[in-house]
Amino acid sequence: RDFNERCAQCSEVNWGLTDGGRFYCRSCHNVTERTREVVNTDFITNSRVQTISKGLRKQEKNDAGCEWYICEGFQLVLKKQAEALEALGVCPQMKDEILCNFWRCYLQKSKQAYCKRPAGETVKALSVCESSTDVDSDPERPSLLHLLSSLSESEGDLQTDCSFASSVSKVSDSTSVYSGSVDGSLYLMKNQKEKLRMTMPMTLSFCYMALLWLREPITLSELLRFVVEGHIPYLNVFQHFPEKMKLCGLDLRIFCVESWPVYEEVFNKMHELAAFLDLPRFPDITDSCFLHPDMLCMKYLMEANLPDELHNWTCRVVKKIGIGEVDFLTLMPGNRSTRKVKYDVLAAAVIVVVLKLLFLLDDHYEWLLSEFAEERNKNNTEGGPYFEFKKWYEVVKQSLDVEQKKLDEERAKYLWRCEKPLFYSVKNKSKVLKRRQMVVNLQNQFGKLSGSVRRAEKPNPSSFQLSWSEENTDGSCFHGHSLKGVLQEKCGLLTAMNPDYWLCTVKLCNEKLCGHLAHYREVEFPQSYHFVLGLFSFLLRIQPSYIHDEVCMIEHKLFNKKLYKKLKYNTVLRK
Amino acid sequence: SSHEHKLNFRKSKEACLSYIQDALLQKQWKRAAEFLTCYVESLEKDYSREHIGPSEMIWRIGTEILWHHSQSSMKEFNCFMEQMKTLGVKRYLKVCLEHVFHLLCNGQIDEAYQNLSLAESWRFGEQTAIQDKEMKLIEAYRGLLDYYSWSKQKNILLEHGEDGFSDLAVEQEMHSYFRKAAVNLKEIIKIPGVWDVFVKCYVDLLEFYGDHTEARQVLNEYAYNSKFPANPNAHVYLYQFLKRQGESKKSLISALKILHDVVPSHELMIDFNTMLQKSKKRKKRRLGLEVIFAALDYAGWKENAKAWSCLARQVKQIVISEKHLDWIKQEWNSRKDWWPAFHFSRYLAKRNWQENKSLSYEKALVAGILLGKDCKYFKYVSHQGCKAQLKRFRMLKKFVNRHNPVCLRISG
Repeated sequence: RDFNERCAQCSEVNWGLTDGGRFYCRSCHNVTERTREVVNTDFITNSRVQTISKGLRKQEKNDAGCEWYICEGFQLVLKKQAEALEALGVCPQMKDEILCNFWRCYLQKSKQAYCKRPAGETVKALSVCESSTDVDSDPERPSLLHLLSSLSESEGDLQTDCSFASSVSKVSDSTSVYSGSVDGSLYLMKNQKEKLRMTMPMTLSFCYMALLWLREPITLSELLRFVVEGHIPYLNVFQHFPEKMKLCGLDLRIFCVESWPVYEEVFNKMHELAAFLDLPRFPDITDSCFLHPDMLCMKYLMEANLPDELHNWTCRVVKKIGIGEVDFLTLMPGNRSTRKVKYDVLAAAVIVVVLKLLFLLDDHYEWLLSEFAEERNKNNTEGGPYFEFKKWYEVVKQSLDVEQKKLDEERAKYLWRCEKPLFYSVKNKSKVLKRRQMVVNLQNQFGKLSGSVRRAEKPNPSSFQLSWSEENTDGSCFHGHSLKGVLQEKCGLLTAMNPDYWLCTVKLCNEKLCGHLAHYREVEFPQSYHFVLGLFSFLLRIQPSYIHDEVCMIEHKLFNKKLYKKLKYNTVLRK
Repeated sequence: SSHEHKLNFRKSKEACLSYIQDALLQKQWKRAAEFLTCYVESLEKDYSREHIGPSEMIWRIGTEILWHHSQSSMKEFNCFMEQMKTLGVKRYLKVCLEHVFHLLCNGQIDEAYQNLSLAESWRFGEQTAIQDKEMKLIEAYRGLLDYYSWSKQKNILLEHGEDGFSDLAVEQEMHSYFRKAAVNLKEIIKIPGVWDVFVKCYVDLLEFYGDHTEARQVLNEYAYNSKFPANPNAHVYLYQFLKRQGESKKSLISALKILHDVVPSHELMIDFNTMLQKSKKRKKRRLGLEVIFAALDYAGWKENAKAWSCLARQVKQIVISEKHLDWIKQEWNSRKDWWPAFHFSRYLAKRNWQENKSLSYEKALVAGILLGKDCKYFKYVSHQGCKAQLKRFRMLKKFVNRHNPVCLRISG
């Protein structure tokens, strides 16, 4: 039953069975002389057993492919994503150690591998996994089972040596459901809520989790943007599966995505995952980390073409409300009481709050200040120019409109399908292929008529979507502008000339009940505020309401004392 | 949580379609083609619940683009149409028909004929019965093209006939086209509908071969069968046929009566009025007056000298006889408020005089009778006419002056 010898050729312990009853090594296809006497079939409930066809020489001609499990597919996806991230500059540790270990831990916890399986399921040696035998060196995780070398121990209890072609299982409505993978239908059928069933969006949660663990300088919004821009495989990643991994039937529902992942979804799943894996406290996010609000604010201020001087203010706000503290920022999985930190959204919200502090953004005051600054700029000969909100607004709006228009057109022009044909069953294979052929023909025909507009190669991945250069003589870069026009000196401190502030909301909602801290409706807020939200909404590719939520949260922390001191509700407070 | 903003396949393609629509409306064919290229992959997705599926969208949009795009050729167009035919069997005959129309627009009669013949022989299970209407149309259009060929042969024959040659082969071909055309054309006009072109051709065939009975039957059916949609042209065709046959005035008049009811501004109203004026029956003459007044209510007739001369003749005749002045009164009653400004303004008097003296003459006569000798129009035109020493204008002036009391009784 157990065959634990190492292969003579490749030293792997990875055996399958030919129909002649001989063992062969799956890694290098070396056939041995050892045969197997008994095939124990009592665990097979409703699946047909077929041995693979005779003669490995015929493997190439055999169109049936090999058997594979859903989690193998996901493993391949993760591998591709990690490679792409590495190509973007992420350290190789991410792929080889962190992500890999997270994945293995997940497999173990969800009982898909590395553990005793309940009867009725089989496990197969994960031959596509790295063959390295480095043991996880993290002393804090003794529960993590080790790798292939120990796998055979658990394998011993189960019937691994029977091979299947593709399994056909009955679904409750008694239609035969088909999948290229072994456990496709089982995968979808089971209510795996407690076990956190793997999905395509979740692959990004894995990636993000690993990036966060390593404190890499990529935020979640950036990660998702890279996915949409095609730098990280997601859509149609299954076309990189090896030939013999046939994808059809229910596999399509698992691996074929027809929508782009949403920030919230990936974010929330990541936290669920971290708790599920019983991960310890993540490495500290200190003020020298990219993800620290001070750093991210710097980046976003640059990208939003705002004066560098505003950074002092963002730092002040961050310090005052304590969101720069290590304990606040660092992820502690499983801790339900603390609100999960969205680093990018938080930083953007801080900037919005600072803008409100200095410019009020009530559709009046900021323009007044701007006129004032304009006047002073006329006589201003030395030093940098005063920052004029109006000029900034015009410059940024113009660029933003252009980029937004481009983005909208891009979205309308997405190509979702790829060359690899997908079919639910062998029956409609020819129909699918014919359709595909017609689509290609039509694309060629009308593509030629599109004029010289060739679909540009995907742009190089860049961290900055909007860039402003100080060398431009047209004055369209505001980084070096001075805030003197909006500040005044009081008791040796620079404070804002603006004495007022308006709260986005007087009372915060219960996030757990309605999903949001506040409800954003454009008509209820000043246009300037909406514009600023829109700017960051574009940069982060998220809905303005998410940023609005964070703004509310920050404001409530900032004005905490005053809010609870006031006896009557008053939306205008004096600082 | 609200994921409505989530960008997915469907939303992306909806947005794509709206970009295509904008481009089409602005005749930006290149841009439309660019977005259509991105849209076509919708074919690979199941849209069976949608009202209009992507295959129909692509067919219609693609047709528009290929038809108008400067770099597109007929060859490409045809190739595209062939592809579209394979896309949706439920639409097969419709696509064939539209393809044929485009070929005809491009002057490719032979190709159109081939396509029609091919489509005629198409069979596809129960679809054949479901698409019965389209099949009838296809047969009808093939019949039409057969008629066209018949017509060509006929002309050849007539030419040869003049030269004294008789060409048996041509004659036989002609007859065979006739048979083919007649069969299909007869079929389609049985079905209630608007079949002007088919009816005309069919009647032409029947008349040529001397089957006037059948022709009359067909035209009567077409004009009077209540199942058919009301169609003024049907009456025109019938009238023209009856005229060709030399029918009595009575039957001609009854044919035109309905036309007057339906389209009072039809150009045949002049003929109608002329016939009615000459009639011995009082009722008919009365009707004639009504007809001509009604026609001149329409702006398109304002400068029609013939129409005005019809009216002028009739009212003059009534004024001279002093009988049936009440007829004019009745007709004038509903018009006296607006005809003066509409037809008899001083501005029009000047213009008519400059551009068309005959027109101004007839109008002046009518104006003088209806509005009296002091009306602007009459005064100006008669004055100008007398100044120019044109005899008839002097006669006109005299006439109106003489009959002025009668005229006043009318306008009173």
